Amino acid sequence: MSLLEVRDLSVTFTRSGQQPVRAVDGVSFDVAAGQSVGIVGESGSGKSVTSLAVMGLLPSRGVSVGGTVTLDGNELTSMDQRALRDVRGRDVAMIFQDPMTSLNPVVTIGRQLTEVLIRHAGLAKGEAKAEAEQLLRRVGIPDPVRRLGEYPHQLSGGMRQRVMIAIAIACRPKLLIADEPTTALDVTIQAQILDLLRTLVAESGCGMIMITHDLGVVAGLCDDVHVMYSGRIVESAGTKDLFARPSHPYTDGLLQSIPRIDDDDPDNLLHTIPGSARDTVPWDRGCAFQPRCERAVAECLSGPPPVAELGTPIVPHPVRCVRPVGEDVILHEGNVAR
Amino acid sequence: MSLLEVRDLEVHFPIKSGTLFQRTVGAVKAVDGVDLDIEAGTTFGLVGESGCGKSTLGRAIMRLIEPTKGSVTLDGQDILALSERKMRSVRRQFQMVFQDPMASLDPRQSVESLLTEPLRAHKFPGGSAGHAKRVRELLDVVGLPESVVNRYPHEFSGGQRQRLGIARALALNPALIIADEPVSALDVSIQAQVINLLKELQERFSLTYVVIAHDLAVVRHISKTVAVMYLGGIVEQAPAADLYRQPLHPYTKALMSAVPVPDPNVEETRSRILLQGDLPSPANPPAGCRFHTRCPWKQATKCDTERPALRELPLVAPGHKVACHYAEDILAGKITPHEVRPEEVELTPAGSSPGSIEATEAHVAGGLTPGGPPGAH
Ligand SMILES: Nc1ncnc2c1ncn2[C@@H]1O[C@H](COP(=O)(O)OP(=O)(O)OP(=O)(O)O)[C@@H](O)[C@H]1O
Ligand SMILES: Nc1ncnc2c1ncn2[C@@H]1O[C@H](COP(=O)(O)OP(=O)(O)OP(=O)(O)O)[C@@H](O)[C@H]1O
Ligand code: SF4
Ligand code: SF4
Ligand SMILES: [Mg+2]
Ligand SMILES: [Mg+2]
Repeated sequence: MSLLEVRDLSVTFTRSGQQPVRAVDGVSFDVAAGQSVGIVGESGSGKSVTSLAVMGLLPSRGVSVGGTVTLDGNELTSMDQRALRDVRGRDVAMIFQDPMTSLNPVVTIGRQLTEVLIRHAGLAKGEAKAEAEQLLRRVGIPDPVRRLGEYPHQLSGGMRQRVMIAIAIACRPKLLIADEPTTALDVTIQAQILDLLRTLVAESGCGMIMITHDLGVVAGLCDDVHVMYSGRIVESAGTKDLFARPSHPYTDGLLQSIPRIDDDDPDNLLHTIPGSARDTVPWDRGCAFQPRCERAVAECLSGPPPVAELGTPIVPHPVRCVRPVGEDVILHEGNVAR
Repeated sequence: MSLLEVRDLEVHFPIKSGTLFQRTVGAVKAVDGVDLDIEAGTTFGLVGESGCGKSTLGRAIMRLIEPTKGSVTLDGQDILALSERKMRSVRRQFQMVFQDPMASLDPRQSVESLLTEPLRAHKFPGGSAGHAKRVRELLDVVGLPESVVNRYPHEFSGGQRQRLGIARALALNPALIIADEPVSALDVSIQAQVINLLKELQERFSLTYVVIAHDLAVVRHISKTVAVMYLGGIVEQAPAADLYRQPLHPYTKALMSAVPVPDPNVEETRSRILLQGDLPSPANPPAGCRFHTRCPWKQATKCDTERPALRELPLVAPGHKVACHYAEDILAGKITPHEVRPEEVELTPAGSSPGSIEATEAHVAGGLTPGGPPGAH
């Protein structure tokens, strides 16, 4: 059994007088201890909502959540709020793109760290203080004693993100969820933070979900990747497998359209995916990517596309598509099981 | 010939103190002595980290901010000496494209009115019939259907909004377009569309671009020449391919080695120069070489006392300029990076046996190889 098992997770936002929005639709994936799992996808594809649902952080009103989220054998979606808060403090921790949204601007760094340690790890005040200093040292903040007495606005963006990471790892969580943790940072600072996360996962053996739009970050950090499009996972594979054999037309097009710093012939025009994610089809009528897909055939609009189990049973590579890249046959419900 | 020449350009923002009688107590040296020569019909890329002065430089070139010193010459004309009125007529020759052009525009204005505005302001010939025709021409040029003229900015996706921003910039047939982070707000799948559009328009209308971006891969893709900025100054400038193949300045080396490459095999094997600490404040930049506080190659003499000039290395790298006292020695491998401050880390492949911070440090002590972009060696 994996550390985290997400099964058929769906999230629908309902607002009175408005069409319900199905932001996440039948998402399933696993995270093993010590493993880094990437979730990539276009803006609005449902990456953040997925992670909020895993954390139980979605508002209770105007949202309906379906499916199950099992962490270390405990089902989270049916847990009451108090039990969930405990899990969040202790077993799962989250790092956001903008640390200012989760750091309290009027409380010192030291107090924010020690509070977590006292509440969730049960440390006494003195112990918590010593541990807080250790944590700041561990995430690479120079002069930690001085920093403990400072407020978030006194730190640079990179240092604030390190503090967020220190708080996140304070109680040695089993699962770390990082939602675009470096998107707001400069590339040299991003390299520092990614290196830190890589080391932390390797040392502590926790699992990590890395949400990003940057396939370069995935390539350097993740073991497995899930590609989301319009609320669904359209392709899942081991990282190397995904980059070597992108099989969903969206993944394939995406990989071809990224300019690369090590490109030998940058003078050509880039490959492009036409249209935008706004041009879409509801999944129950067909493939949401169909309006932008170069490989589309008539079957793409006859109901939800089936999942083709490419890869092998040991190295699975499922793709939600009737005509995956590199496959000649048109797949349908009758012939996909292989 | 250069379309645009910038000499010793300086933009210092005063730092004021006091409530009633404000005194100037210092200055943010956002741009601090920049020289540029931009050839007509080419793309000049400007990269660097947040706060290094890229946008300020772009705005100062357009005189949207008054430089505190220096000169800007467009097509032989000294821009900074022009009167307000003359400046108005020159301004149509250069236009700016922003990260999200529509964010700064009136959301109640239709596309028609957004695109007609510059035509009217600069008395584009043809009257209202001519303007209507021009608006449709512009939409066609950027690949939007004529039918969008009555729509409003919020009805468009990010990529379409950027197309509108480009259409607006093209309205008056400019010679020079300064694009400040033109694709950084867009989804990856949309970035390529806009990058291609910029390239196509350049060929079609012989445009000259200055493209400001923090994404080095994007800049490499569209630029003929690339300049790297650090704390208000240009530290390196070269033809794009040369810069990426053989970065000479220690900062450029670190910057390029930090860019993630979407290829797990490359990521697994490349070495990385991890810089320590953050960018110093431009209000109080380090003396001497501005990079010396973080430079892994810093030497005991000159680095912290003399500011290195941007100079060409005609013998070893013609056409390639660098602002480092020790560029030749670094290139020749005569001096090696400092052993404690930088942590040049061999990446632990994801999922392999746990490495520890101690192991990382041991690695540093085990000798350093100058980093660079993958494939540079
Ligand atoms: N509170 C909410 N109410 C209604 N709709 C919402 C809410 N939060 C998110 N959504 C919708 O759910 C969809 C998925 O959003 P989500 O934030 O997960 O995207 P994302 O993949 O994280 O995108 P980004 O890369 O921009 O962060 C979007 O269409 C969004 O508009
Ligand atoms: N109007 C202003 N008054 C005072 N300081 C300013 C002003 N505009 C910019 N600065 C400062 O000048 C420096 C350079 O800013 P600039 O916006 O040019 O950087 P940039 O390279 O474009 O960064 P980014 O990548 O974040 O856009 C920064 O320290 C900034 O805070
Ligand atoms: S199902 Fe059809 S439209 Fe969708 S990605 Fe596959 S080929 Fe393209
Ligand atoms: S001049 Fe000195 S400190 Fe500056 S980049 Fe060169 S070696 Fe480094
Ligand atoms: Mg998100
Ligand atoms: Mg800027």
